[in-house]
This record gives sequence, C-alpha cells and structure tokens, in this order.
Amino acid sequence: MKQKGLWGTLLFFGCITLSMATLAWSDGWGWGEHEEQEGKGFLRQTAGVAPVMNKAYENECAACHFAYPAGFLPERSWIKIMGTLDDHFGENAELDAQTITEIETYLRGHAADQIPNRFSRSIVRSIGSQDVPLRITDTPYFRRKHREMPSRMIKGNPKVRSFSNCLSCHTGASRGSFDEHSVNIPGYGRWDD
Amino acid sequence: MKNFIMIIMLFLSQTAIANENSVQTLLDQYHSEGATRFDANKGKTMWHEQHFQEKLGKQVSCATCHTRNIRKTGEHVRTGKLIEAMAASVNPERFQDTKKIEKWFKRNCKWTWGRECSPQEKGDFLTFFQSQ
Repeated sequence: MKQKGLWGTLLFFGCITLSMATLAWSDGWGWGEHEEQEGKGFLRQTAGVAPVMNKAYENECAACHFAYPAGFLPERSWIKIMGTLDDHFGENAELDAQTITEIETYLRGHAADQIPNRFSRSIVRSIGSQDVPLRITDTPYFRRKHREMPSRMIKGNPKVRSFSNCLSCHTGASRGSFDEHSVNIPGYGRWDD
Repeated sequence: MKNFIMIIMLFLSQTAIANENSVQTLLDQYHSEGATRFDANKGKTMWHEQHFQEKLGKQVSCATCHTRNIRKTGEHVRTGKLIEAMAASVNPERFQDTKKIEKWFKRNCKWTWGRECSPQEKGDFLTFFQSQ
C-alpha cells in the first residue's frame, strides 16, 4: 500500500513537471522564432525596419526625397500613392506603367501589414482599419513618437525643415535604423529622452 | 541585336558622345512628330513664361525652381530641394538618357504649364540647354 502511494506521488509530480516543461518549451520556442525573424530582418544590431532594396524605387523615388521604408505604411496606402503620382503631394511624379508596376509590387510586398517587423506592427496597430494614411508623419504612432520634438528643432531648423526629412536627424535611416540613440539633430546634437 | 546593344552601351560610357546621341535622338523624334527648326531663343523665352500654378496658388515659370540663369543651381520653390544646373556645359550628365529627359518634360510641363509640352517646345528647350 505504502509502495503504491509512493508510485502515485511520483507519477503525479512527474506529470506536473512534464506539463510545465512543455509549457515553458512552447513559450520559449515562440520567442525564439520571433527573435530569429527579426534577426533575419536585416536588423540584428538595432531596432529598425528593412532598408530599401529595390533599384527602381531608389532611382525614381529617392531622386527627389528620402526613400521611405515600405514597412512604414500599410499596403493600401502604397496602392493609393502609386495610383495618384500625377498629384504626389502637390508635385507631378508621373512614371511609365512598367516602372509603376515594379515599384508598386516592391512596396506592397514589403508594406507594414505584410512584414514581421516591430515598427511596422506598431504603425499598423496605431491606424484605423479603414484609414489610408498617405504620409508616415500622419500615422498616430509616428506622432506619438515625435510629440516631444519642439518645432524650432524641426520646422524652424533650416537644416531639417520638415519631419519628412528622416535622414536629417536619424543618421542610420538609410540602413533602416531609426533607433533613438542614433538621432542627431543638426544644430542641437544628440536627442536623449 | 546583341551587338547593337553593346555598341549603344559603349557610346553611353562616353558622356559627351552620349549626350549628343540622346539629345539628337530626341530632336529627330520631335522632327518626325511634326516639329520644324529648333530655336534656342524661343526656348529661352518660354523658360521665363509665367503660368498660374493652381496647387501653389501663384504664378510660376521654369525659372521659379531652376533659376533664371540655367548655369546655376536651382532650388525647388516648395520643398527647397537643390536642383542642379540645366545648362549642358555645366551639367552634361543631365542629357544621357532619353527616357529620363522625356519623363521630366512630362512632369514639369504639366506642373508648370498645366499641360504637356509639344514636340516643338521640347526641342526648343533642349536646344536652349545645349546652347548654354
């Protein structure tokens, strides 16, 4: 009888241990997978977004402005932007049909709601499901992240002028790094919270 | 066909020759589209022609962003983006690619004049840029 009780206790604790281990293991696996994805996402060293890797996008779009990462706007935004290039924020930025298709395919495939990236997920979460923001600076996530910035450092700063000029302050922006530690505001220096 | 492309590529590697080629190709094309003799002075006059830009709400000309002196660096009236000189003697790199030239004619004619430029006008402009 005594012997039976001992085996029963062992079996009981054995079951508990095993189930705990399974839980821990599955949880660990989940995190591991998550980190691995972000690590593979070109950004092992900094929290960032995939840098631009499309020649047509670089040639055509970055000829006039910073090549904004595709992962900063959802797919529906890129579709609208690429469909209205004849009035591109007040400028005419028309392209031939072939180039439009190439750039649009790239942007849509790397859009915020299409890639597993921390920034992209935050941006997507911050905008309404029906909203189609055309400017990254219009997304609530962007606004929240920049709300402490005094106007004199941006609009009033001749070397910055607008939030649209990412590279003026985010020194690693071309590499896809928007880490706060790499911020350097012209005329003001590093920005520490 | 391959040889033909190779020869074209060789030409493209030499800026001066490439420019002459690209510009001449376009001028020939404009002629075939009905343009007559091209005139640098006409191009210059059109450069300063004022048109009302609706989105901006004011009169603009090519010179608004590209400066009155096309040998100088311009600045976009709204964004402040620096625009390199238009004169072929200062900035020959501008005239290497026919597709690029056509792309910017289309965009900037529509933005500035509210319509596309005719082959005659484009030819006059190109002749003006080449003369400076």
